Amino acid sequence: MTQNKITIALAGNPNVGKSTLFNAITGAHQHVGNWAGVTVEKKIGTRTYHDTEIEVVDLPGTYSLTAYSVDEIVARDYVVEDKPDVVVQIVDATNLERNLYLTTQLMELGSRLVIALNMWDVAESRGDKIDTTKMEEFLEIPVVKTIGNKGEGIDGLLDEVLREAGKGAHHEHEVSYGNEIESKIIELERILVNDDALSARYPLRWLAIKLLDGDENILEKIKVSPMATQIDNVLNTIDREDCEASMADKRYEAINTVLPQVCERCVKEVTFSDMIDHVVTNKYLGIPIFLSMMWAAFEVTFTFATPFMGMIDMFFGWLAGVVAENITTIWLGSLLGDGIVAGVGAVMIFLPNIMLLFLMLSLLEDCGYMARAAFIMDKLMYKIGLHGRSFIPLLMGFGCNVPAIMATRTIEDERDRLITILVNPFISCGARLPVYILLAGAFFGRDAGSVIFGLYMLGIIVAILSAKLIRGTLIKGKPAPFIMELPPYRIPTVKGSAIHMWEKGSLYVKKAGTIILAGVILVWLFSAIPSPGVDAAFASEEILGTGDSLMGALGHVIEPLVAPLGFDWRIAVALVFGFVAKEIVIGSMGVLYGVGKDEDALGDILVAGAMTPLSALGLMVFTLLYVPCIATIGVIKKETGSWKWTLFAAGYTTGLAWIAAFLIYQVGTYVGWGL
Amino acid sequence: MPQVLPLTMMPEGTEGKVVSINAGRCLKRRLVEMGFLENTVVTVHRSDRGALMVNVNGSKYALGKGMAMKIMVTDCYN
Repeated sequence: MTQNKITIALAGNPNVGKSTLFNAITGAHQHVGNWAGVTVEKKIGTRTYHDTEIEVVDLPGTYSLTAYSVDEIVARDYVVEDKPDVVVQIVDATNLERNLYLTTQLMELGSRLVIALNMWDVAESRGDKIDTTKMEEFLEIPVVKTIGNKGEGIDGLLDEVLREAGKGAHHEHEVSYGNEIESKIIELERILVNDDALSARYPLRWLAIKLLDGDENILEKIKVSPMATQIDNVLNTIDREDCEASMADKRYEAINTVLPQVCERCVKEVTFSDMIDHVVTNKYLGIPIFLSMMWAAFEVTFTFATPFMGMIDMFFGWLAGVVAENITTIWLGSLLGDGIVAGVGAVMIFLPNIMLLFLMLSLLEDCGYMARAAFIMDKLMYKIGLHGRSFIPLLMGFGCNVPAIMATRTIEDERDRLITILVNPFISCGARLPVYILLAGAFFGRDAGSVIFGLYMLGIIVAILSAKLIRGTLIKGKPAPFIMELPPYRIPTVKGSAIHMWEKGSLYVKKAGTIILAGVILVWLFSAIPSPGVDAAFASEEILGTGDSLMGALGHVIEPLVAPLGFDWRIAVALVFGFVAKEIVIGSMGVLYGVGKDEDALGDILVAGAMTPLSALGLMVFTLLYVPCIATIGVIKKETGSWKWTLFAAGYTTGLAWIAAFLIYQVGTYVGWGL
Repeated sequence: MPQVLPLTMMPEGTEGKVVSINAGRCLKRRLVEMGFLENTVVTVHRSDRGALMVNVNGSKYALGKGMAMKIMVTDCYN
């Protein structure tokens, strides 16, 4: 039996249940990457169905296929250039008109189409009656009813996809644009056929239509064409702006002649969603409701995470015991026990916190509330030079800045996106919490809670002021126009939210397994190699973690830089290694003060004289503000694509941290606090 | 006589018909694609915050004030 292999692409508007359907088709057989050259997420999955291996490519969710955003260019380039065997468009049955607009554009791209009429159960329960037979007849495209979140209709869809892929020739679909425009289309087609490079790559009619549409991406490509002047001559005979608008109108006209015949009773009524919105976006209730949701999310996170954290702690404790008992070589035992197990353990212990926080945020996002939160916050965000869309990535920063910065991809305007990325590290991530807990717990006793809360607030305030500052100086101008769809409220599925949680949270596990593992080994090496001029063996007991190690030498070199902040060489070293991951600040202080990973003992030592409440406060503020961890710096470089902005982020944050800690320590000492 | 006014001036809970969109080509095309066509009915749900919450063609959008200013409607339902 021969195995066939076909490739299909999933296209659709945002919020039509595309990723749910993608998951329902491919299950766990998927991997996430990036589209070449851009930071748009590319998901590919596979499914074997009736002896055919189907590769499923999830295209970015778009409203149309013009060159308005990178997402749209990525989606259409894929359909045109990679020529998938079948394109499946997921259509939201509750909103046919807008969804069919994309259909008209996919039709023009000349691909084989199958429509998955998703969420038809919701449409039906509202009283809409959609006649799929008529729809197939008018559009000349197979239509299959699906319910993504229940996994219904998937087999039917795949049957149809295989049937369509097996067909030889296929029907070319066309929207008629009326005599005047059609004559221009023909005129352009006749010129374009002479450009071999373009006509081999793109359907001619589509190129002509895009030129009349004023598509910047295609106009750019035409500039280098040998036919450029002739094309310009044709385009100069029309009123471009008028033409563009009337082309969109024609597409809607085509849809509107079909729509009444396939869909009965597409009525407007006050829906359940409208009623919820009436309350949650209320002028007075909106923000209090939002704040209580956030409070609940954090409360649930910390309450439910505690037992899991205990289990992970026990596991690493047990592992350390096993290492100590079985490995007698001093250096190896120390590397594995004090280095790897203690270091990675210190990071993994926050995994339940981060996973649960992301689960809460995924639930809020999947049920539709997050978009409302962005709406509620828009006014506030506008005041700091951003808009509502920037709000969600900032919120995610409380979990981990890495997925938060990746979430800025939904912001279309590059400059708005850049500012959101640059201020994101000030949002205090989960990794900074252990530093606060230890220091605030040791020095501020009963007020520890308030101090930690204050640090979180300080992070938010610094992020706000920085956004304002950057907007006023480096990236001038107003935020781009804000438009965002508010999807109807839906009950999130456990599977869907769990997958979203995993997508964001797994980055943290990866970080622990790669960068942090490498980092802790490096820290250990520095503490095991004797500093120059010290006569002792590598990793011997008199070297490990003392001032005689290379780490000690390094600390003494940089000590003068942080002395005005009230920090000694040990803290200097801890901060340097905190660049690997901020949790490591505590771990390396433990090593340097010779208490291993016993954090209670570390607190006692610090209180006993190594630090004052004032320098502890300074250290917490410094940890909050200074250079983001290596994983965050990496993602900033990747997402901005610029070393200049990455270095700016590192320098700006560290400079600010130094000034803040300096003021705290010097002013505090002057007025006699914390003595 | 129905008046023509920007969408931002519409009281909450009222409906208006789109007359024109006074925006640059890119933004205008975007709005048309999202359903803001001439003669389409737009319902304003919220306008007391920075952004507006509107319904058009069965979809709900958050729309920045600057963008909403550019959409001219008639308040034919007064």
